[in-house]
Amino acid sequence: MRWGVVTFPGSLDDGDAAYALEQVLGDPVVRLWHKDRSLHGVDCVVLPGGFSYGDYLRTGALARFTPVMESIVRFARDGGLVIGICNGFQVLCESGLLPGALIRNRGLSFLCTVTPVRVEETDTPFTRSYRQAEVLHLPIKHGEGCYVADPRTLQALEDNRQVVLRYVDSAGRATEEANPNGSLRNIAGIVNAARNVFGLMPHPEHACEALLGSVDGAGFFRSARATLSEGLPTRVASVPPGL
Amino acid sequence: MRAKVYVTPKPGVLDPAGKAIEGALHSLGFAEAHDVRLGKYIEIRIDGDAHQVTGRLDDMCRKLLANGVIEDYRFEIGD
Repeated sequence: MRWGVVTFPGSLDDGDAAYALEQVLGDPVVRLWHKDRSLHGVDCVVLPGGFSYGDYLRTGALARFTPVMESIVRFARDGGLVIGICNGFQVLCESGLLPGALIRNRGLSFLCTVTPVRVEETDTPFTRSYRQAEVLHLPIKHGEGCYVADPRTLQALEDNRQVVLRYVDSAGRATEEANPNGSLRNIAGIVNAARNVFGLMPHPEHACEALLGSVDGAGFFRSARATLSEGLPTRVASVPPGL
Repeated sequence: MRAKVYVTPKPGVLDPAGKAIEGALHSLGFAEAHDVRLGKYIEIRIDGDAHQVTGRLDDMCRKLLANGVIEDYRFEIGD
């Protein structure tokens, strides 16, 4: 399969994402520039971490209006697989491809650490290679990672099993103390209702080699690859109304 | 025309920066300060008559200047 990794002005982790996909997974990667209208036939798009457009106005707010994002929105609506990591998650929320928003961390500090997260859903194209409730250790590094949404949206996310990752303690419990940034319901990652768009604050691309301390992140990319190579559906056929 | 746009966190949305400012005010002895909310103030010069400008500004706010999930907006138009 061919991966597409997007670079906006201010992207930071595009190189690391491309490295993980090419060198660790051994897959071809197409580098997509923010001005590209064509996605060059890629099978899955990765929106990397960083500070697109200097985080001016709001994180992800300006990247949303780039030519490449217009094409990615169409690609996603047609069932294409899209993964947004950190700033990529923020861009997906600003684009309306994912519900909710990411605001300043509760403690105001920029966080740079490794945190345990629990896999809440294996029934997505991005998590099928994990076990239900498996605890992964993944790096986080963000100033605006506090996930918020209105109560009705939160309930819909839970009812429709769209919460994919939650911050937990080392025993796998989603406690208040284990929540690094104040995210509502300890949410660290979600999918859209059609399940083909995935956003997460932790950085799986930094956790694909033992040398970097964890290989727990590779499963997201392997899952997406397995979904496509086995011809499994990339999106659910019927989406509940209002989602 | 000149427009002044105010973007503020919606009621109920966590505003940790506002809380930090409130804490600082209290520690400076301004115990009467409550419910500090930190927002954004944007100035824009816009071509067009007052009626047009109102509609266009509203579009700008909805499409870009404010995120309706977490923020409210209001604006004033002057000469």
